[in-house]
Amino acid sequence: MAEMTKAKLKQIKKRNEQLDQEALRQIEATATDVYKKVNKRIKPEVSLPVRSLSNVSYSKKRGYLEIGKQRKVRTLTVNTVKTFAQTLRMMSLSKELIETKDFATKRDAYYQSKNWGDAMFTEQTESDAVMDDIEALFSIKDLNREQLRFVPDEHGGAVAGELVVYDPDIDTGGVERIDCTRFGSGAYSIPSSVEHLSFETKAEFVLVIETGGMFQRLQSHKFWRTSNCILVSMGGVPTRATRRFVRRLSDEMKIPVYAFVDCDPYGISNIYRTLKVGSGNAAHINQFFCVPQAQFLGVTPQDIVDYDLPTHPLKEVDIKRAKDAIKNDPFFQEHKTWTKAMNQLLKMGVRAEQQALAKWGLNYVLEEYLPNKLAKAKDFLP
Amino acid sequence: MTRKGHEEQDQISMFGGGGPAAAGEAPTNGADTGGPMIQAAPGPSVSAVGDSTRKKAKASKKSMSKSESESEAKAANKAASKAKSGSKATSKASSDTRTKSKSEPPERKRRTATEMATKHREISVSEFFAKNRHLLGFDNPSKALLTTVKEGVDNSLDACEEAGILPEVRVEIHPEGEDRYRVVIEDNGPGIVRKQVPKIFGSLLYGSKFHTLKQSRGQQGIGISAAGMYGLMTTGQPIRILSKTGKRKPAHIFELSMDTKRNQPQVFRDDEVEWDKDTGTRVEITLDGTYKKGRHSVDGYLKQVAIANPHARIIFLPPDQAARNEEEAAEPQMEFSTDGSAELEDGAILHERVANHLPPEPKEIQPHPHGVELGHLMKMMQETKSNQLSSFLQSDFSRVSARVAATIISAADLKLRTRPSKLSTAEAERLHKAMSQAKIMAPPTNCISPIGEDLLLKAIEEEVEADFHATVTRPPAVYRGNPFQVEVGLAYGGNMPGDELVTLYRFANRVPLQYQQGACAITKSVLSVPWKNYQMSQSKGALPTGPMILVVHLASVWVPFTSESKEAVAHYPEIIKEIRLGLMDAGRKLGTHIRRVRREADEHKKRSYIQQYIPHIGIALQEILSLSDTEKDNTVDTLTDVLEKSRKM
Repeated sequence: MAEMTKAKLKQIKKRNEQLDQEALRQIEATATDVYKKVNKRIKPEVSLPVRSLSNVSYSKKRGYLEIGKQRKVRTLTVNTVKTFAQTLRMMSLSKELIETKDFATKRDAYYQSKNWGDAMFTEQTESDAVMDDIEALFSIKDLNREQLRFVPDEHGGAVAGELVVYDPDIDTGGVERIDCTRFGSGAYSIPSSVEHLSFETKAEFVLVIETGGMFQRLQSHKFWRTSNCILVSMGGVPTRATRRFVRRLSDEMKIPVYAFVDCDPYGISNIYRTLKVGSGNAAHINQFFCVPQAQFLGVTPQDIVDYDLPTHPLKEVDIKRAKDAIKNDPFFQEHKTWTKAMNQLLKMGVRAEQQALAKWGLNYVLEEYLPNKLAKAKDFLP
Repeated sequence: MTRKGHEEQDQISMFGGGGPAAAGEAPTNGADTGGPMIQAAPGPSVSAVGDSTRKKAKASKKSMSKSESESEAKAANKAASKAKSGSKATSKASSDTRTKSKSEPPERKRRTATEMATKHREISVSEFFAKNRHLLGFDNPSKALLTTVKEGVDNSLDACEEAGILPEVRVEIHPEGEDRYRVVIEDNGPGIVRKQVPKIFGSLLYGSKFHTLKQSRGQQGIGISAAGMYGLMTTGQPIRILSKTGKRKPAHIFELSMDTKRNQPQVFRDDEVEWDKDTGTRVEITLDGTYKKGRHSVDGYLKQVAIANPHARIIFLPPDQAARNEEEAAEPQMEFSTDGSAELEDGAILHERVANHLPPEPKEIQPHPHGVELGHLMKMMQETKSNQLSSFLQSDFSRVSARVAATIISAADLKLRTRPSKLSTAEAERLHKAMSQAKIMAPPTNCISPIGEDLLLKAIEEEVEADFHATVTRPPAVYRGNPFQVEVGLAYGGNMPGDELVTLYRFANRVPLQYQQGACAITKSVLSVPWKNYQMSQSKGALPTGPMILVVHLASVWVPFTSESKEAVAHYPEIIKEIRLGLMDAGRKLGTHIRRVRREADEHKKRSYIQQYIPHIGIALQEILSLSDTEKDNTVDTLTDVLEKSRKM
């Protein structure tokens, strides 16, 4: 691949600069609102989305579980003065982090507060709660926590394939160019925060894979080279960073995302559904952290029949989870094909893992199964 | 006898009323209390000291006037007769038909009634009590010491009040070797006329409040003479009495013991001495006892006495201090401190009086028809001066008019003009029933002399250091024809422990009740109050928990005690209800106080919250918006102002 051009570098820097400016602008706007209200002798207030399931619905248009319009207004009173002060100081910390291009984890922020005198947190649960409030507060302004430079402790999954990632170096101010084809049998590891990454790719799709074992097989045999794709390992339920990475990659490069997970209620209704439409409990961040354009490549219940895969019987929890999904989950209710597939699985009473394909030979999956499936991408489950 | 007795009282009531009055029964409830007191006395042991006392008594040449010994014998009569059948547990000589052989094994030798009769002899009351000292509150060494102090202090207070003198009572406890103490109780009362001294202190059941129905202290034990007897039995030391009845009159010093067999005093010394007091009495009793601190201590008892008697000045010289300045003739010099109990120069503890006037003298009243027992009614009918039933009811009872008397008598199917003493038992029963059922005006309540809300409050403030004090005096009420009045006080907060049960001080006619708290109607009333409503925590069936002392005073012409030891009030619903109402009244005041304190603390906390955290809002805004220091400070000031104003709304 070609080296980074000056134009590319400038473009990346500009994008990141705008990203940070937007975050700063929002912080300042919030502070200004408080400042103005105080000087008009009005009690300042902030408005947060109501984070209960009653305020969550599935948006057909956007394709994910969306937070509703209900807001709770928190007014600065004698009772809330402590939290209010801490929230503002936390926002000030965020501003400082953005300006220095640094970041803080929740634990870091907790220890930073120890310099705040009376306003310090005595337990991390307190600072976590304030940070959650800030996240909710800014989610209304289309700003996520990572943009405020508060990053999660967990990093993301592994990436390999036809992708170049541009990662700014906070110490040198330069930008690192990472070619994801050049990791041998290893892989690029998605960092905690992916907001400041930029991409370049000619791949045709992104294949997200549930297990590390399957990812390793596809990577070792350079499956991405033969099918011109990007491989992403989720390692179970994908982390914030993985979801955000896939989302941004797909959005910005305009390429489809195909999911390849185990055929069991956990793989379908937890891993795939969370990747695609997000979770109900943290619906206010789904706008950033789900991949509504993802499609389900397999393993489908029909695959078990078609490929005569070895199976295991469904466990009690599997059956319960499947029934619960059919009955209560707006995602499944929205997609009749999924309801049908789940019922088929329940009827068969069995589950099959990705690696069950190894019955037909270790490389059957990359030589036969995946090419066969990819040839009929229109048949993927939604 | 009654009239005679009254005349006697006038002479002797100046002092020493308490003892005999306590032993005897007031008319209404005599059968309830006096009886069991005697019956409960098995008393098998005769101590060696007791025997020697009896021998000494032979030497006594003291004689009594006929009327005195008669009244005395009568008073003792009931007790003695019961003692005969009860403690001897043999058949009476007169009841010849009874045979014991039925239940005995056949080989046992039979005795004739004549043989058995030789074993019967008169038991003197004092001899009986000598064997049964636990009945008088001398069952253990620490209680013995406390009871001695108690009897002395009660006597002193009663004497001063009757004489119209503001009481100043000094209690000293001098250590006299291991577990032996010399108790001194000195007052500024009227003193005792010389010839009465031996009788008052040397014989039991001699006194003034025998048959009167009025509010009085004499409810505890049997009096100072019992304490003296106890001292004599345990140490062999006689009672020493110093008394002076007037400024120009000489003081007399007595040393006496008693002949328990004949209930007669023995005088060892009777001298005139110099005493710098105008009037007063000083009693010294040496006894075996234990001095302890804490619950049931002399210290605590005197503190409670001070609470219930705001007009009294109580001075206490504890044994350790007494030992320190044993030889010093201490001239009390006040040294006031802010605490309730100041310390005098000689190290004695002072409970200063908070009232400079005596409480109004309680009036004596006639019994109310609703409260009289059948046995007592029959006795009254024998003794009355009235010749006709109608006039008997009108003159010997309160609230009985001619019309009411006629109603009662016709309801009992009797005749107005019948001679009361001629009534048969069946007729008396009918009369008694009619009396208890007749609609009669409640008894007069002006015979009750409560401490009073204000004085009780002052006294509690003086004695108990706390953040909050409250008192309540209920209006007088009546149970079974007996007027009574309830007073409640409380002291809350201060340095009292917050995680312990509250301390309950119980009083009956200004006398602190020390034992049997669990059996007392006062305790039951306290438990029945919903203390949680008044911001106190309370476990089920327990006293409330918190930093509080509760004071409950029951004043009545006749306080109903559960038993002979007279330490617990009987569970009359009317009494429990009144106490409960009083407690709830005081509880409401307490609840208001606690809520206010909490609100203030909360307010303070919130205020300091503002002070604490608003500057941080200023700092954050300054950092985010790059404000100048002036802008920051103005914002902080404005915000503080806005929030504090909104608090006041």
